[in-house]
Amino acid sequence: MVQRLRVRYAKRGRLRFTSHRDISRAIERAVRRAGIPVGFSAGFTPHPKISYAGAAPTGVASEAEYLEIGVVTACEPDRLRAELDSSLPTGLDVLDVVEASGGSLADRLQGSVWDVRLPGADPAEARDAAERFMAAERVEVERLTKKGPRRFDAREAVIMLTAEDPDGTAARTAREGTEETADRDPGPPCAILRMVVRHVTPAVRPDDVLTGLRLVAAFAPPSPPTVTRLAQGPLDARTGATADPLDLDRDTRGGEPGPAVRHVGDHK
Amino acid sequence: MSVESLFPLLEPLLPSVQKPIQYVGGELNSTVKDWDEATVRWALMYPDAYEVGLPNQGVQILYEILNELPETLAERTYAVWPDLEALMREHGVPQFTVDAHRPVRAFDVLGVSFSTELGYTNLLTALDLAGIPLVAADRGEDDPIVLAGGHAAFNPEPIADFLDAAVLGDGEQISIAISEVVREWKAEGRPGGRDELLMRLASTGGVYVPKFYDVEYHPDGRIKRVAPNRSGVPWRVQKHTVMDLDEWPYPKKPLVPLAETVHERFSVEIFRGCTRGCRFCQAGMITRPVRERSITTIGDMVEVGLKESGFNEVGLLSLSSADHSEIAEVAKGLADRYEGTNTGLSLPSTRVDAFNIDLANEFSRNGRRSGLTFAPEGGSERMRKVINKMVTEEDLIRTVTTAYSQGWRQVKLYFMCGLPTETDEDVLGIADLAKKVIKAGREATGSRDIRCTVSIGGFVPKPHTPFQWAAQCDHETVDNRLRKLRDALRSDKEYGKAIGYRYHDGQPSIVEGLLSRGDRRVGAVIRAVWEAGGRFDGWSEHFSFDRWMSGAERAFDGHPVDVAWYTTRERDEVEVLPWDHLDAGLDREWLWQDWQDAVTETEVEDCRWTPCYDCGVCPTMGTEIQIGPTGRKLLPLTVV
Ligand code: B12
Ligand code: SF4
Repeated sequence: MVQRLRVRYAKRGRLRFTSHRDISRAIERAVRRAGIPVGFSAGFTPHPKISYAGAAPTGVASEAEYLEIGVVTACEPDRLRAELDSSLPTGLDVLDVVEASGGSLADRLQGSVWDVRLPGADPAEARDAAERFMAAERVEVERLTKKGPRRFDAREAVIMLTAEDPDGTAARTAREGTEETADRDPGPPCAILRMVVRHVTPAVRPDDVLTGLRLVAAFAPPSPPTVTRLAQGPLDARTGATADPLDLDRDTRGGEPGPAVRHVGDHK
Repeated sequence: MSVESLFPLLEPLLPSVQKPIQYVGGELNSTVKDWDEATVRWALMYPDAYEVGLPNQGVQILYEILNELPETLAERTYAVWPDLEALMREHGVPQFTVDAHRPVRAFDVLGVSFSTELGYTNLLTALDLAGIPLVAADRGEDDPIVLAGGHAAFNPEPIADFLDAAVLGDGEQISIAISEVVREWKAEGRPGGRDELLMRLASTGGVYVPKFYDVEYHPDGRIKRVAPNRSGVPWRVQKHTVMDLDEWPYPKKPLVPLAETVHERFSVEIFRGCTRGCRFCQAGMITRPVRERSITTIGDMVEVGLKESGFNEVGLLSLSSADHSEIAEVAKGLADRYEGTNTGLSLPSTRVDAFNIDLANEFSRNGRRSGLTFAPEGGSERMRKVINKMVTEEDLIRTVTTAYSQGWRQVKLYFMCGLPTETDEDVLGIADLAKKVIKAGREATGSRDIRCTVSIGGFVPKPHTPFQWAAQCDHETVDNRLRKLRDALRSDKEYGKAIGYRYHDGQPSIVEGLLSRGDRRVGAVIRAVWEAGGRFDGWSEHFSFDRWMSGAERAFDGHPVDVAWYTTRERDEVEVLPWDHLDAGLDREWLWQDWQDAVTETEVEDCRWTPCYDCGVCPTMGTEIQIGPTGRKLLPLTVV
């Protein structure tokens, strides 16, 4: 392995329904089509050297997914970005590629920023529920896992939780956005939650927070939420913001900073 | 009239269903054409789950060919699982295509590909969800022409009520011809409505329109005659045969799904047809004669297909791939070309001989030698003569021993149970064979680390084969023989542990038998079963034998027939069979003679290498055998 490259990609629109396995198959095929000189593990059934960090669940869109590729001949990150992107289906979009400087990428992914759209829900009720949730010390929720039902606290990992009005900024960008975002916003009323959640075990997911809102404030949106991960990275616990996890690789190599965290609807 | 995408209605339902990705489309190499720029619009359906239907070559080929036509558009639709079906009914979302999520009812033609009869109930679900009347006679001017193709369409009588038309044989050229007929008729302002369109299709002689034929019955239930009920339609409808496969190198751009499917590879058909003459094999009989694709076209298709798809495995498809006249060169050429690229090659190997092992060795040059598959089909030598599968016990043991000594650890042997004239002894012969295989393998390798798996399923007599007259074995007898075989294998102290056993119960075969050799009266059974909730009958977790039997009881009430009449009853030479007016090219007298030869254990040779034995196909269809060798080789690729 002469080089390791770190890739940030998005999972948008309809492609949010891909599972993690679907994505890894699609990426392996795209790597082959693009002719990227990926390394292979030894053994009878060689596997391409591609590793994934903390994938968003099936049904959840993301602007910030990360993977790492090991290659056997050095690649220019920008070119690799363009080639991989054009070999992937629209909706799996490669946003940023840097050469790894070392350290563990997974360790840098300390928290996520989530955008949760709740069509048909009343924004004022959402705001009230969010306040009550944040005011609570603990919010025990139950989730069905592969090993059966599991109870855990959903409150502590949540660093920030706000509810925005559809007339707020996020909603406006969504309206100006692409067809993809337009058809997920069927018009008022619609509440939008924004949350920053620390990565803990067991993971606290946006649905767990929604379960928590139902428990503390009987807040139950009438239709399934549309969830998007906006960013992932090192957490500033004080401001509740995430930084770009690839900046550290760029800093070490003295490159340009990556694209700023973008909001849903900004793409294209 | 433009057609809106149903996706905004579908999308809110997707978070609540299993594997939602199968419903969103967007596969690599899929095509979405402008609705208003096309005049002929096809919805192509594989009536099974997306994971099975997407890789289907037949649908992929037609999809690509039709979309290449300037005024034609083709999209795909698959059976939705019951969880989504329930939500679609609740929210009023009709059957949709996965390409542009357009409603199926808005298309001109709904072309359904049936490789198995067990998809019939799924056809009804799709029609019903689409808002298309189930019965063809109830359809109006706004409904698509529902057209069946694929192997099961060689006897479409059980679904005749639900179909407007059916096509027998290769679909490449006829689907283009059908598009042209539809285009002209629409351009002329749809004169004479639906009926005239069907009439124009039927009068070509190559499209079967069931409603233009009447079936009369004898009081005892047998068919008296099937005859056209108007002039201008042929007495017999002919199958279609593509003669030059090099002219039709499809699929060029294989569809690459995001969802996981049953076949994750790029497949190339290396030839069509098979003249080995296995008497149970409908595919072999109805796809005659043999037409090879040349080594160079195969090489080009693999190269383009891999580049377009990013797949890392190539499958060489056909009914008996080792029979290609230049298979050794193809295997070596491809293995050389892709050496060091982590590209796997596979060949469904069924022929029992040493040559097959050489090929398998070539294909596994860079990989693991895990398992090899052979299909002797019959357990005893006598049985193999009846079915014309010419393999001696010696051949089989020698071949398998060679495989073991060349490093293969696992050999799978395929068999059928319930073949005509079969006795318990024939089936128990499988146990002896398996033991001998392990014994010889241990001696040859000096190792106990070898295994053999016996895989066995019930035999179903099929239309257009010499066994079309045969009595199907009842399921109790089949299950009983399967149990005896299992006991014989398990009880063996010396070899039992080295022999795996996989089997299919007899009951589903009876239903398959009913649907395979059924006539129009069986349509009522399919409908009754569907109304009682029958879906996905090819899946053991959804199949219910009781539902089929009670559906049949209701539907056959007042008729002189029952399930046994269709399945376990032997037919005589003069009985009119439901598919006699559908012409696969096979001479009926030759088929009958071959049936008699089967009973007397007389074998026939392959007409590729021995003189024509007059099965009738070539003269009737104006076809001939097309085989190599071409003498050409695959050159290394310049860019890999
Ligand atoms: C690959 C394969 C599979 C794969 C992939 C199946 C898939 N999704 O495509 C897997 C392993 C999953 C599979 C499973 C099964 N298979 Co399979 N399979 C094959 C194989 C090797 C190749 C099929 C193929 O791609 N052919 C090439 C394409 C181009 O041919 P085609 O589909 O018939 O399409 C052409 C025409 O029929 C026509 N056409 C087709 N549809 C339509 C529709 C319209 C509207 C029109 C106009 C024309 C048209 O045009 C096409 C182009 O010319 C064949 C053997 C063979 N060589 O044919 C067996 C074969 C088709 N399978 C067979 C069987 C029995 C099965 C199973 C039922 C086995 C089982 N007991 O589980 C299952 C059924 C799965 C299902 N629910 O559909 C039998 C069918 C028996 C028969 N009727 O004679 C075959 C013939 C093997 C055999 N020798 O017995 N199979
Ligand atoms: S007509 Fe003769 S040559 Fe042609 S498939 Fe039949 S037996 Fe073979």
